[in-house]
Amino acid sequence: MTTVSQPVSSSSKVLPRLLRAIGGGHADTRLMAMVGVLALIWLCANILTGGVFLSPRNLFNLSLQVSVVAIMASGMILVIVTRHIDLSVGSQVGFLGVLGGLVQSVWLPDSVHAWWIASLVILGGGVFIGLIQGALVAYARIPSFVVTLGGLLFLRNAAYELNDGTTIAPLSEIFQILGGGQNGVLGGPLSWLFAFVVAGIVVGSLVRKHRRKRRLGIQKPLQASDYFSAAAWCACAFGFVAIVNSYNKPGTDEPMGMAFPVLILIAVTAAMTLVAKRHRFGRHVFAVGGDPQSARLTGINTQRVVLKVFALMGLLSGLASIVLTARLNAAASGAGTMMELYVIAAAVIGGTSLAGGAGTILGGCVGALIMQSLQSAMVLLGIPSPTQSMVLAGVLVVAVWIDTMWRERRPS
Amino acid sequence: MTTPLLEARNVNKAFGGVHAVENVSVSLMPGEVVALLGHNGAGKSTFIKMLSGVFPADSGQILIDGKSVDIRSPHDAQELGIETIHQTLALADNLDAVSNLFLGREQTDRFGFLDTEAMEHGARQTIERMRLRIPSLNASVRSMSGGQRQAVAIARALHFNARILIMDEPTAALGPEETKNVGLLIQELKRQGLGIFLISHDMHDVFQLSDRITVMKSGRLVGSYPTKELTQDDALEMIILGRKPARFAAATA
Ligand SMILES: Nc1ncnc2c1ncn2[C@@H]1O[C@H](COP(=O)(O)OP(=O)(O)OP(=O)(O)O)[C@@H](O)[C@H]1O
Ligand SMILES: [Mg+2]
Repeated sequence: MTTVSQPVSSSSKVLPRLLRAIGGGHADTRLMAMVGVLALIWLCANILTGGVFLSPRNLFNLSLQVSVVAIMASGMILVIVTRHIDLSVGSQVGFLGVLGGLVQSVWLPDSVHAWWIASLVILGGGVFIGLIQGALVAYARIPSFVVTLGGLLFLRNAAYELNDGTTIAPLSEIFQILGGGQNGVLGGPLSWLFAFVVAGIVVGSLVRKHRRKRRLGIQKPLQASDYFSAAAWCACAFGFVAIVNSYNKPGTDEPMGMAFPVLILIAVTAAMTLVAKRHRFGRHVFAVGGDPQSARLTGINTQRVVLKVFALMGLLSGLASIVLTARLNAAASGAGTMMELYVIAAAVIGGTSLAGGAGTILGGCVGALIMQSLQSAMVLLGIPSPTQSMVLAGVLVVAVWIDTMWRERRPS
Repeated sequence: MTTPLLEARNVNKAFGGVHAVENVSVSLMPGEVVALLGHNGAGKSTFIKMLSGVFPADSGQILIDGKSVDIRSPHDAQELGIETIHQTLALADNLDAVSNLFLGREQTDRFGFLDTEAMEHGARQTIERMRLRIPSLNASVRSMSGGQRQAVAIARALHFNARILIMDEPTAALGPEETKNVGLLIQELKRQGLGIFLISHDMHDVFQLSDRITVMKSGRLVGSYPTKELTQDDALEMIILGRKPARFAAATA
């Protein structure tokens, strides 16, 4: 016999219900709370900077900075979900960037194919690094903290050794597009098209959900919350495009539009969310994180799951490295320094539990937005860089503290 | 005589210095319920874990339908039709009942994407067929009571058409009604020809449900007799003293 108990409705629960509605029917109040925090940060930052923070130009730049961190955060979330950590991601970005730079300017100078060969080398290198670290963690049973701390040190210095610490610049013109410079944007009309595509996907999935539930004989297939969350997504898409389209290329009245890194980020977030929630692999990742021993007893090859998670992390570090190197139009061995902290902070602020077994990709994106927004605001306010780092460190610790309290209050 | 569904011959397992299972031989016929009794730490769970592929035996042989098999992983055991309800239940607390039921054996499309509806439908059917009580299929298992969690583990073991069912204290956390249902379930499965290993500390259940009682002590086999021929006192004597009841000892000596 299966009975599904319904929570008792009471008028005193307006706020939770409203939050649930925004989250699309799932009680993801946590994510909504973070969006609230983000809105608050934006509002305060905008007031403090006299309207500069929410200017199209700053938001455009913010979207570029967030892309690098959030791409990696989506991988870090799976790493942390399996109860591990990858401290080497910042060094991976630096090392892989130099590797890609060498391919373009030393090994294949003047080749039109350099950009994609370099990209493949970077991605392949990332996977290779991930496989080695993953094997050491999963099969040699060395704690991931130690393995990746070693990786952090090793790769940063290997990056230096690769090119004697000199910076490689400039890079292939086509490669630069991936970084979202003046040529790496969609422009006005295509950006609007993108917003319409997003709206189409949102409406399409709403229709599919309706049909599916109808077939199962559910009376009221769609709740108000479904419409609300669909509307919110469409508003986000059109709102964002409106903003980036009102930022013109310097010296012209041509709108910039969406930048390629943001497109890459959106694709990564969508793909990783699908993997985490809808794919067998993601299911196994969460099972291993929830209870490794149980996962093993049910026949899941837990070691291989961990290996794949680290390889995926390497792949995403590679992708982030491409975006960052292309944006800077330079491959420097110091690129990505301290980025591991931003990435881990984004994952944790985004609701990934360090105890394993819990976390969402979208949460990581919001976490990355919060981190980068704080940093961007501090830059605009002229706060010196050491102070910025100190503030972000405090934010990270407080975020974990809040997370701990949150979980104690709501055991499920 | 028919060949046993499963036969273990001289199986051994040691953890460091602890000889957890020593030269144990047991067989299981189709439609037979064999109760495995013994003190805490007698080696019951260790023995069945070798059958369910948690770890391989150090030495000894396992035969299914008279053929020697090599069980190296839980997956191997599942392929051979051996399903296990572990003492620890082996549930991922952060996942819901349906996810747990199909854990490691998800129904997916060609590309590995989950067919959640099919799985939910299958889970619902199994749970109804087994008359189990699970409050919500989509709530995380962590939020369930001990008995409800046990129900999830039982449903999982029975969903995949097992031939051999291993139940390591399946009713330890169940209420009286649920325990009775599990008893009915065992009788039904027996009629269908499954072989069942039942580990339980509940003498009443054991005598009501089992066809044969096998007792272990300190990793060794004390004896294995048809339930009909034993009294509860005989069984207790075997468990506590680790020796065969006097009348059997004389007969086999
Ligand atoms: N993974 C392990 N590592 C080391 N020793 C173990 C392990 N598993 C079991 N043991 C030891 O093997 C012996 C038998 O344990 P086992 O769990 O099989 O007992 P049991 O008969 O199932 O007891 P209970 O009734 O308490 O469940 C115990 O002494 C235990 O300490
Ligand atoms: Mg046991």
